[in-house]
Amino acid sequence: MKQSMTLGKVTKFIGLAGFLGTVKNMFTGKLEKEDFKNFLRKVIVPLASIFLFFGLWYLGSKSLYNIEAEHRIYKALVEQGPTEAEKVRTCIASGDISCQPNTLPSPAQVWESYKMLLADHYAISADKQAFKEKTAALNVKRIANGEAPIVYTGRPSFVDQILTSLKTVFAGFLLALFIAVPIGIVIGLSKTLRSSVNWIIQIFKPVSPVVWLLLVFMIVKTLNKDSSGDSSFIISFISVGLCSMWATLVNTAMGVSSVDKDYINVAKVLKLGPVQKVFKVILPSSLPLIFTGLRITLSVAWMVLIAIELLAQSPGLGSFVWEEFQNGAVDSNSKIIVAMFVIGLIGFLLDRIMLTIQKMISFNKNDGI
Amino acid sequence: MAYLELKNIYKTYGQGETTAQVLSNINLTIKEGEFVAIVGFTGSGKTTLVNLINGLLEPTKGEVLFKGEPVVGTSHERGVIFQNYSLLPWLTVGQNIYMAVKEAFPKKIKSELHAIVADYVEMVNLTPAINKRPKELSGGMRQRVAVARALAMKPEMIIMDEPLGALDALTRGNLQDEILNILGKDKRTALLITNDVDEGIYMADRIIPLRPGPKATLGPEFKIDIERPRDKTALNDNPNFKKTRNAIIEYLMDIGNERKSDVQEEYVLPDLSPKSFVSQF
Ligand SMILES: Nc1ncnc2c1ncn2[C@@H]1O[C@H](COP(=O)(O)OP(=O)(O)OP(=O)(O)O)[C@@H](O)[C@H]1O
Ligand SMILES: [Mg+2]
Repeated sequence: MKQSMTLGKVTKFIGLAGFLGTVKNMFTGKLEKEDFKNFLRKVIVPLASIFLFFGLWYLGSKSLYNIEAEHRIYKALVEQGPTEAEKVRTCIASGDISCQPNTLPSPAQVWESYKMLLADHYAISADKQAFKEKTAALNVKRIANGEAPIVYTGRPSFVDQILTSLKTVFAGFLLALFIAVPIGIVIGLSKTLRSSVNWIIQIFKPVSPVVWLLLVFMIVKTLNKDSSGDSSFIISFISVGLCSMWATLVNTAMGVSSVDKDYINVAKVLKLGPVQKVFKVILPSSLPLIFTGLRITLSVAWMVLIAIELLAQSPGLGSFVWEEFQNGAVDSNSKIIVAMFVIGLIGFLLDRIMLTIQKMISFNKNDGI
Repeated sequence: MAYLELKNIYKTYGQGETTAQVLSNINLTIKEGEFVAIVGFTGSGKTTLVNLINGLLEPTKGEVLFKGEPVVGTSHERGVIFQNYSLLPWLTVGQNIYMAVKEAFPKKIKSELHAIVADYVEMVNLTPAINKRPKELSGGMRQRVAVARALAMKPEMIIMDEPLGALDALTRGNLQDEILNILGKDKRTALLITNDVDEGIYMADRIIPLRPGPKATLGPEFKIDIERPRDKTALNDNPNFKKTRNAIIEYLMDIGNERKSDVQEEYVLPDLSPKSFVSQF
């Protein structure tokens, strides 16, 4: 019972409730005639769209594969003569890895890569665990002697990269939160301040993530001269924070400056002090807008993160994608597509989490979001 | 001495071309312990008048004196029941009232404050709903919360801006009695804004019509010489009641007819534009 309840919550959370509910009704025989339309809309059409998506993908990758293969054969023919061309043709047809055309991978290839990445992750985790056990005793000794413990420096697995990215985006998001919300409140409260800093917001808001990265790079590089630590994490999370904070800043300022006049009148009639007025009236009433801003900030942060990691050479999904691209191995392309799905899925989940929080704190339960 | 005194009040909104003169030459005196009702058409400036008295607005010209002192800003001595309840939607019924009580009695300890809240919630029959948020309440319940919040602060004077305007006749009657009960306990001064003549007669000592704006002024006052406690059902047969009621309604109808015949009079719509944030950022 409890399990099904939490299951219900989860499906509702990811927005599948309608679909699963209808499927369940179908199996439990509760489906009425008028439910047929519902069934069509909530089950058939989504399923059809999934099939269509994979079908198009499959056909697209197949035709790209053929184009690429023909091109190779043609190239061999021109450069090395007909016998070589025939060799290439048989090689491609045999499915030999060494001569596979490298193009958009098919769904099956991507699935294979996904399984491989997962297996790779388990292998690396096991390796790490073994390393930890091996060095445990030694590390205790080293720490006792005031030396730095030995850490695992092997290649990170795909899952490690995901976790690194999540860590970076979370740090960037917190930075955005701690910069944008207080500043937003302050400029929301003062009309003068609002008009005097408006130009800063207008100018910096549209600046591309790449430029932010370079700017942060300039500053952090100078400040971080004498510390030996790796500054790529710092650079990337600060850039992510700076790119993504504008939505929160603008929404907070907007929420604070547009508090319902009735609430302000209540604060005046109760004679609340300025601090009380901000914390008991202005902030609660602007919370929904602040959270709308934070939700946008998080999704922007996740989106720019990949590009920033890629450029800043900081570990994470972005550099994973870039390394695979540079690598150019047979399965690199399908690994990139796996990463693409993972990025999309995580972005979707982050957005859902924010939406749930947003709904929870919204005091107007009827207000649609 | 007059308890509350309005001297030659003028109130204009806006500046330059968009000026709207709402109130003009308002004179009003209220004695301590008196219950005065002001009736008026919608849009005539009743809320504006209320806000001048409670200190949310300042008159353009003239003075508002409260116990001989000019009104500057709001005060806990003058409690307000707003026309649109103005409850804070993120707080529960109890929290809304608690917030007010805490501000009114900063020296009291928590348990005393909670006791006051419980008392007043009980008084307006909302104890079962004390932990609900305004969104979960009906209009009448919200209005009762607003009444309890204003009264729990124990203001010397209570200013009510159409407190029952949005309610049906039955609920209205009940709440009128509740308000009279609570006020009657310690005989506080009260100003009631209403659009219902019967309500004014039932509750007040004096009724003063506010002539419709722009440039609204107060009309002649009507004294209600009916003994308290008043009985609503018996009131209909009371000759005094009938006389006063007819006089007031006749007066208001006359004003209404005047308005209609003044065809050449121009009605300037207020220059309202939708809130736009786009231009701000
Ligand atoms: N802040 C404001 N700025 C400009 N004009 C205003 C403002 N507030 C009210 N007015 C105008 O003043 C006039 C009187 O408004 P007010 O709210 O006092 O009327 P009211 O008698 O309380 O009406 P109702 O019975 O509908 O509550 C209206 O014409 C309104 O448009
Ligand atoms: Mg009004």
